[in-house]
Amino acid sequence: MTVASRREWLLSDRPESRRQARLGQIYRTWLSFKTNWLAMIGLGIVLLLCVVAVFADVIAPYDPVIGGDLRTERFLPPFTGDHLLGTDDLARDIFSRIVHGARLTLMVVALVAVIATPIGLLVGTTSGYFGGWVDTVLMRVTDIFLAFPRLILALAFVAALGPGIENAIIAIAITSWPPYARLARAETLTIRDSDYINAARLQGASSARILWGHITPLCLSSVIIRVTLDMAGIILTAAGLGFLGLGAQPPQPEWGAMIASGRRFIIDFWWVATVPGIAIFVVSLGFNLLGDGLRDVLDPKAHGNTDTAKARP
Amino acid sequence: MSITDTEGGRGSALFPFLWKTVKLLATVALTFLGLLIVTFLIGRVVPVDPVLAVVGDRASKSVYDKAFIELGLDRPLYEQFWLYLTKILTGDLGTSMLTKRDIVDDIARFFPATVELATVGILIGTLIGVPVGVWAAVRKGKLVDQVVRVLGLVGYSAPIFWLGLLGLLVFYARLQWVGGPGRIDIGFEYSITQNTGLLLIDSAMQGEWAAFRNIFGHIILPASLLGYYSMAYISRMTRSFMLNELEQEYIVTARVKGVPEWRIIWVHALRNAAVPLVTVVALSYANLLEGSVLTETVFAWPGLGQYLTNSLQNADMNAVLGCTLVIGAIFVGLNLISDLLYGLLDPRVRRRA
Repeated sequence: MTVASRREWLLSDRPESRRQARLGQIYRTWLSFKTNWLAMIGLGIVLLLCVVAVFADVIAPYDPVIGGDLRTERFLPPFTGDHLLGTDDLARDIFSRIVHGARLTLMVVALVAVIATPIGLLVGTTSGYFGGWVDTVLMRVTDIFLAFPRLILALAFVAALGPGIENAIIAIAITSWPPYARLARAETLTIRDSDYINAARLQGASSARILWGHITPLCLSSVIIRVTLDMAGIILTAAGLGFLGLGAQPPQPEWGAMIASGRRFIIDFWWVATVPGIAIFVVSLGFNLLGDGLRDVLDPKAHGNTDTAKARP
Repeated sequence: MSITDTEGGRGSALFPFLWKTVKLLATVALTFLGLLIVTFLIGRVVPVDPVLAVVGDRASKSVYDKAFIELGLDRPLYEQFWLYLTKILTGDLGTSMLTKRDIVDDIARFFPATVELATVGILIGTLIGVPVGVWAAVRKGKLVDQVVRVLGLVGYSAPIFWLGLLGLLVFYARLQWVGGPGRIDIGFEYSITQNTGLLLIDSAMQGEWAAFRNIFGHIILPASLLGYYSMAYISRMTRSFMLNELEQEYIVTARVKGVPEWRIIWVHALRNAAVPLVTVVALSYANLLEGSVLTETVFAWPGLGQYLTNSLQNADMNAVLGCTLVIGAIFVGLNLISDLLYGLLDPRVRRRA
């Protein structure tokens, strides 16, 4: 199939199969997404993060944990020799540590999304679909979690579970699901009385089947947008936990922990703490741009008034 | 916890606003109970043995068992929770293992520093954020609007502790424009008596202007930093509220009547946009308390955030949970205040009750 005919097939007004219709829909979304150059930059940054994380062993010239000669190679400024970003107090190559840190960052983001999104969807759709006291109880619980400042709650959980990156991920996931539940509930309320849901019910579909097969897919797009927008916040929280010594533990090359260890030397050797901060900043900026772009494309309701959906810095 | 709920009760015909308030307070009480349950449960999962923390790991079996029973750990979970609840409600958060003082006293001692920092921060954020947001709305799509958008994005993406470190590096170490970490230089520390605990006010009331300048030099950098983060949020929200108002028909009417443009923007539109903005400012203030945890660590600011971090790093669970509870309660309180203010300021919400 040539490029032109493939394009025609995708944009056809009369799709002949379900697959064609779905792919066509995705292609159309992509076409309108492509025109937003800021969102494309965001996508580029996120893809770069993924590539760097996957090929960290190939890209990094040095070991991220084992340092060089402590007498001659400590605190080398950026661009000395083959140390692109200089070395830190233990003579470790900062560039290699940043590259390996991308892995940890991606792991945190992915795991939090994988844990928190299903919880939010389950709570939200159940609450919205059944209504009544189920709704009251579930939403009360959600409100309680929303009433806590997120970082503080995550701190308390990590304090209880003990420091470490796995516990940080659990703590962040526990504090991230409530907004998704709220969103999924709102979406469910608008669709639970539609004809096609009633039709499914008349055919004898169980509640679980309706929730999972007919309601959840429709809530997905808005929840995914919200998750993407939250990714930057998740990265910042994880970095904050690392900075306070409660997330990833040394010698793991986590960016927040790297800032914390470079902090003591900031006046004489500025790059040790500055460089990991730039990495955090660029990656969260990427997720923010991508999330904004996705929202503009996938959520026409929010179009034109793009600020109100963003709840907190 | 939204005041826009439209359902009322039997008494709603007579005292709609009062009824709404009672309902709101009941919700808040329930939320607070939830906070207590969460902190209680977190306290129960701690791997640190609470008995060992009290008696030390060299204690004999009999001392250990005595402490075990004194702490009520032999009773069922709901009884333990009831014990916890009654203790909290009588204002007893337990003793800090680190400072050996009552946690309530500790929090009272560290709290003013955080309030001072967050208040100066929110003042900076609001006083700059609102006009900038209005300006961006009026010149939508123009250069100003883009600059505000970029500033906002940077605020959403940069870690606050990192910007704080860079600020210290540039403005303190290199340029020496501002004071370094801490609230006040040692030399001035004993020249003022702390009546309110808010050093700026204390020093001004006692006429110690040299100390005031010193304190101002210390607070300006962390407060600007917190202010920047709230400004990013406040200006974005102001912009979107203003755009919403500027589309309304009463604006067209005002223009047709020949009202000058500055009056339309700053008096007609902003007054209506200000109602939801109150909520935004209250929420930002609550978020500043959260942001202060990291900022205070960077600036060695002796406030609640630093107390919390210290307790965390020393596994002082009583203090951690006490701080979590206090900050959570303030959060809930600020939400309540903003909801009530919203009802007072917007006659439509009041009448709908």
